[in-house]
Amino acid sequence: MTIAISEQVPRTVHGFDYTRVVLYGFALALVLLIVLPMSWLVYYAFSSPSGGITLSNFTRLFSESTFIDPLITTFVLATSTSVICCIVAAPMGWLVARTDMPLRRTTRLMVTASFVTPPFLGAIAWELLAAPNSGLINQAYRVLTGAPADDHLFNIYSFAGLTFVIACYTFPYVFVLVANALDRTPGDLEDASSILGGSAWDTARRVTIPLAMPAVLAGALVAFLQAMTLFGSPAILALPAGFHTMTTKIWSLFQYPPKPELAAAAALPLLILTVLLLRAEHMILGRRGYAVLGGKNSDPRIVPLGVLRWPAVLLCFGILLCPVFLPYGALFNAAFSRIASQVISINNFTFHNIYFVFFELSATKLAFYNTFVLGIATATLGTILALVISYLTTRQAVAGHRVLGFLATAPVAIPGIVLGVGLFLSYTRPPFVLYGTLWILLLAFLTLSLPAAYQQMQSAFRSIHPELEDASRILGATRLRALREITAPLLRTSVIATWCFVFVGTIRELSAAIMLFTSETKVISVLIFDLNESGDLAAISVLGIIMLIITFGIVALANRLRIGGGPVRLRNY
Amino acid sequence: MRRSKFSRRDILKGSSALTLGLSSTSVLFTSVLAAAPPAEAVTPALIEAAKKEGKVVYYTSVDLPLAEKIAKSFEAKYPGIAVRVERTGAERVFQRIGQEYSSKIYAVDAVNSSDAAHFIVWKRDGILQPYVPEDVAKHYAADHKDADGMFAAFRVGLSIIAYNTKLVKAEEAPKSHADLLDPKWIGKLIKAHPGYSGTIMTATYQLSRDLGWEYFEKLAQQGVMQVQSASDPPKKLALGERAVQADGNEYNVFQIKESGGPVEPVYAAEGTPLVIGPNGIFKNAPNPNAARLFQAFCFSPDCQQLIVDVGGQRSLHPQVKEKAGRKPLNDIKTLKDDAAAVEKMGEEIRAHYSKLFKV
Repeated sequence: MTIAISEQVPRTVHGFDYTRVVLYGFALALVLLIVLPMSWLVYYAFSSPSGGITLSNFTRLFSESTFIDPLITTFVLATSTSVICCIVAAPMGWLVARTDMPLRRTTRLMVTASFVTPPFLGAIAWELLAAPNSGLINQAYRVLTGAPADDHLFNIYSFAGLTFVIACYTFPYVFVLVANALDRTPGDLEDASSILGGSAWDTARRVTIPLAMPAVLAGALVAFLQAMTLFGSPAILALPAGFHTMTTKIWSLFQYPPKPELAAAAALPLLILTVLLLRAEHMILGRRGYAVLGGKNSDPRIVPLGVLRWPAVLLCFGILLCPVFLPYGALFNAAFSRIASQVISINNFTFHNIYFVFFELSATKLAFYNTFVLGIATATLGTILALVISYLTTRQAVAGHRVLGFLATAPVAIPGIVLGVGLFLSYTRPPFVLYGTLWILLLAFLTLSLPAAYQQMQSAFRSIHPELEDASRILGATRLRALREITAPLLRTSVIATWCFVFVGTIRELSAAIMLFTSETKVISVLIFDLNESGDLAAISVLGIIMLIITFGIVALANRLRIGGGPVRLRNY
Repeated sequence: MRRSKFSRRDILKGSSALTLGLSSTSVLFTSVLAAAPPAEAVTPALIEAAKKEGKVVYYTSVDLPLAEKIAKSFEAKYPGIAVRVERTGAERVFQRIGQEYSSKIYAVDAVNSSDAAHFIVWKRDGILQPYVPEDVAKHYAADHKDADGMFAAFRVGLSIIAYNTKLVKAEEAPKSHADLLDPKWIGKLIKAHPGYSGTIMTATYQLSRDLGWEYFEKLAQQGVMQVQSASDPPKKLALGERAVQADGNEYNVFQIKESGGPVEPVYAAEGTPLVIGPNGIFKNAPNPNAARLFQAFCFSPDCQQLIVDVGGQRSLHPQVKEKAGRKPLNDIKTLKDDAAAVEKMGEEIRAHYSKLFKV
């Protein structure tokens, strides 16, 4: 149809690209979405409570130990988390993508499970497991070794404990990036190396590792940013241990009487640091060819592990014990036990916790409804936004696409709670009074999920060489037609995976929600956080398990959608 | 340095060994202008109007299971009116209402806070609705209700020391706040946070007034596990996570103990902080009739007996009986509560506290 039109219209008009209007529209929406709350953030960082411009917020920030300590803590925390994640996840990614290790698919599924587990839920589960006295692991340790009553193997309420728990739920980011990169890297380069006489080690060192390196570095970066901006796990584990991270410090500044100026000032260093890191990433990766899926392709090469096959499986499952098997076990135990720190037996088995959550807790139904509405809306809108923006940036379709890319990535540097405040300040006054409605939460979730969704879609776009589109356009297709018939089919699995990615990311979001919710717009994550503060671990376990079941349901559903060639594979996470 | 706002006599009274009970409580409930509206009975018209509204939103800081029991018992008595409980720490409740009201969001109908100072602020801001249920007018002493009819003492509780009986023998248990500073308790204590919990805010004020901040300075050196809600220390004691709570709700200790949990309350030799949790309703309540009905219900003997029997609270309703096996309130040496002082010093207390405890 498009061709028919283009044959009829005069040649001069043929060149006009209607899509451009749509594209600029999206650009504008993005600017509003991100720039508005960010402007408020900057404005507040430089204003005093009484009004007027001041630098005093920053003076306090860099002179008082109550701010410097959390700053240092956060930096060390994020760095160690990032290193641990790379050490654990990169070999795992290689094992799964490039070897004949048994149970590779199961391993991927389990990593997905740890990825979709809300970090705050994991932190609570690890409280059940490794609280120094009541933790199940420490109890077992004392029973097995006969150690005295106040001896313990692990103390989760510590800096090391917090790092460990954050790493448990951050390593999937690195894993997925590495496994994906290795999945997509065609085997012909490695074949060439072998044919030319390179040993397996030479091939690995000169071909495979350099090809995977950008993914590892990107993973390290994502892990660092993730750990730096995480709120739930530190709030659950660091406060009992008696220290703050930047996010919990910022959050504490909103306790009565709120000090948004200081909080905004405290958030700016995080923002700047992230911008610098992103620049560094760009410099590292910018010169390397990313496009590995071109017109010609071949299957990845599989390395036979021989006798190491089963030890490799053991290693993977040993690692997966920490984010998945043990915490899930602890949650199930607490859900059906009268006392959360006791292993289920005939004496203490109970359905009361489930009854309580469904029939006594008046917030349950509304929280589930809100969470669902927000999850679906955010996932749909977020995927569309990410799709368009990554198209614009990877194909450099509009002037100023770099700014767009920056804007889409910038929210990764904004702790959710600070974005929450920015939105709060922006949308509690006319003309947009959104506070108290689900809309403000939608805006928050959309903004927060955009960087991840954008990164997903961008890497999907980057892996499809423009030559395919170019070929189509040279043959006379319009940009829209090229998108529809060439790019879209290649992107379908990525789009669906991104949708799921955003959905599961949204229903577990806590830090912005905790600033923006009202009693009418409470979501499950906030409900769980509230319950944790009053120590209702059994109810949390029930809610957490339901949340996990819903999450897995969505993932499985996406998995079953057969589109084109085959099922969507979770590797795209 | 003692704050000059309190007379020496106040302090002596607070720390004297004599039982104070509740007769001497509360600067909170006195007012220059005694202009309470006349008591209102629960009429069929009110019930009908409340049913039309169909729901009531209750912000409260009382422990969630208890809050939901109050809600269920209201719903059973007045079918067709759903109670939505919004529970968080009193200081958060206060922040949330402030935040919502400054954005002109009027979501809350009725409120209960364990930091009575909040009601002074709300009253001063003119956002409370004067309403005096019959029970309050007839049965509550002037000390226990606002002279202008804005609120009344819904519940009374204590912030107590307690221990896990499996981890600590009765003879070795602490008897006083001073005992908690013994090195043998390093790493074994748990306490809640005044930035979250109204109970702990109130208790921190009273203890810092009567024992001095030195007490908290020393306590902060004991490797205390810091949790948020005053409901949490008793729960963590029951799990066996820590041996002794430095502060926390008496009522949760009762609940756990009476259902067979290994916890035991301690009434400190220096006196136990007394915490009054008033109930009030808002002028801009979205469900004004249901709010009134709910407020009236809260002060009824039924509800008051419920919060005592099931919740482990203390009630000021004279028809309510204390539950057997609990030490009667009048036999406990309590510290003097002073909501007005907490209102004035709240921020200072929070700042001082986080300096000492790092969170």
